[in-house]
Amino acid sequence: MTTHAERLAVDVRGLRKQYGDVTAVDGIDLGIRQGEVFGLLGPNGAGKSTTVEILQGNRRRDAGEVSVLGSDPATATRAWRSRVGIVWQDESAPAELTVGETVRHFSRYYPNPRDPEEVIGLVGLEAKAGSRIKSLSGGQRRRLDVALGVIGGPELLLLDEPTTGFDPAARRRFWELIRKLADEGTTILLTTHYLEEAEALADRLAVVARGRVVAEGEPAALRERFGSEATVEWTEADGSPRSERTDTPTRTVAELTRRFDGEIPGLRVSRPTLEDVYLRLTGLEDAR
Amino acid sequence: MTTTDVRPGTKDTSARLPGAWGLGLRRGGLELRQFFRQRDQVVFTFAFPVVFLFLFASIFSNDVKGAGITASQLYVPAMMAAGIMSTSFQSLGISIAIERDEKVLRRLRGTPMPPAAYFFGKIWLVLVTGALETAVLLTVGTTLYDVDLPSSPGKWADFGWIFVLGLTACALLGIAISSVPKSGKSATSVVVLPFLVLQFISGVYIAIDTIPDWMLNIGALFPLKWMCQGLRGVFLPDSAKVLEQAGDWEFGRIALVLGAWCVGGLLLCLLTFRWKNRRDG
Repeated sequence: MTTHAERLAVDVRGLRKQYGDVTAVDGIDLGIRQGEVFGLLGPNGAGKSTTVEILQGNRRRDAGEVSVLGSDPATATRAWRSRVGIVWQDESAPAELTVGETVRHFSRYYPNPRDPEEVIGLVGLEAKAGSRIKSLSGGQRRRLDVALGVIGGPELLLLDEPTTGFDPAARRRFWELIRKLADEGTTILLTTHYLEEAEALADRLAVVARGRVVAEGEPAALRERFGSEATVEWTEADGSPRSERTDTPTRTVAELTRRFDGEIPGLRVSRPTLEDVYLRLTGLEDAR
Repeated sequence: MTTTDVRPGTKDTSARLPGAWGLGLRRGGLELRQFFRQRDQVVFTFAFPVVFLFLFASIFSNDVKGAGITASQLYVPAMMAAGIMSTSFQSLGISIAIERDEKVLRRLRGTPMPPAAYFFGKIWLVLVTGALETAVLLTVGTTLYDVDLPSSPGKWADFGWIFVLGLTACALLGIAISSVPKSGKSATSVVVLPFLVLQFISGVYIAIDTIPDWMLNIGALFPLKWMCQGLRGVFLPDSAKVLEQAGDWEFGRIALVLGAWCVGGLLLCLLTFRWKNRRDG
């Protein structure tokens, strides 16, 4: 499972950052493998953006070791920047230029850019290639941001809350785009406070609360580890609803089957959702 | 730390990073395209000094005693100098502060673009807009206010270096002052006030022989006073030298002061330039 440290795309140990009296990042460790989609999940103010900004080389850290694609981002060179793609949280592109002009121009900054027309197609903006950026919708702008993030053919793509403010349909389309990039072999780090997004996209994720990683692993494994207890619900003969939390739901159902001698009215067996786990994890952290 | 190539074989690592000079040219083209697509900004930028030239040169048109020129003629080089400063100092000071506020700079910083390419692009922008502005003012000056085009190649050459040195010095100062306002919203007031004051104490709005010496001496610390003086030397007859503080055009000194501001301005930019807003850390 554990690859050699130098083969990790992102290797973070004991990362700390303070703003005045506020500790934004309080000793975070992360290891992101090449080609993986890694989700950094947590509520607002948990330290996700600060962490990503440090990985981008756009913020200084107070302590800890950080290696991104084998280099320390604090001493980022142009060559390093050409291998890392960034999609910021609050982005602004030159309003008066067209989508095509902007993507083509940004491609000039890189030694090995992707084909601009291909990238415009990848993010689904072909029809808007000749339009001024100021005429784009919010979702279309986000797609342009992604186009500018991947135009250099990055080995690592850092996305900071890319779908905030999207409607559900736009979010689904955006996920498709991220999956396409992941299929091409790009390593992706994505922060989000949407659980379903982390679950839909991430191979592995870390839950962050109050500047610390409170849980880490595959989404299914996290759910498993932190919530093996299932809930069995049914309706009694007198019509009153009943529910039972148990580690052995199959046995409970078998007992009920015997008792009702057949169909169990209103039967429902549910596992905790990732959301339940997430709320428990971040809630526990809050109670400390 | 020897293994840095995370995806070996998928990248042509021999490809070189593009150079700052070539990218600067491309950025200059892009900046110009953006500038000219904002119609209201174009009209306002170019019209401002022209309107002021028209007002001042029409209101004050008497002969200047013993100098062999009219007050209107005095205003033509003065407004040309102010025009150069407005297209460089004022427009860069405001636009870069806004670009920083809108995170355009931060985004560029996240790419492998060399920072120098950004500055080269801005210089190309102000060179073109400054030359256009100067050409418009010169056209108005020669057609309406009896100013002659430079009479000799030597005068044209003086015009050339005063334009380039003055524009460069003001552009660098504009880039430097763009780091002062806390946000894009306050940029206009932060940039316009010193520019207005300088125009009053450098002999743009008010003839230098009527400004108190101590004010002129403060103005003489900055480039605008010397740009005005140099352009008077280019466009006015030598009989008007009597109006100058030193009784001469002092071309050597002008070159020295403007050159010093180019160097000092560059240092100031390198030391103070910020890619992010203060509140962004």
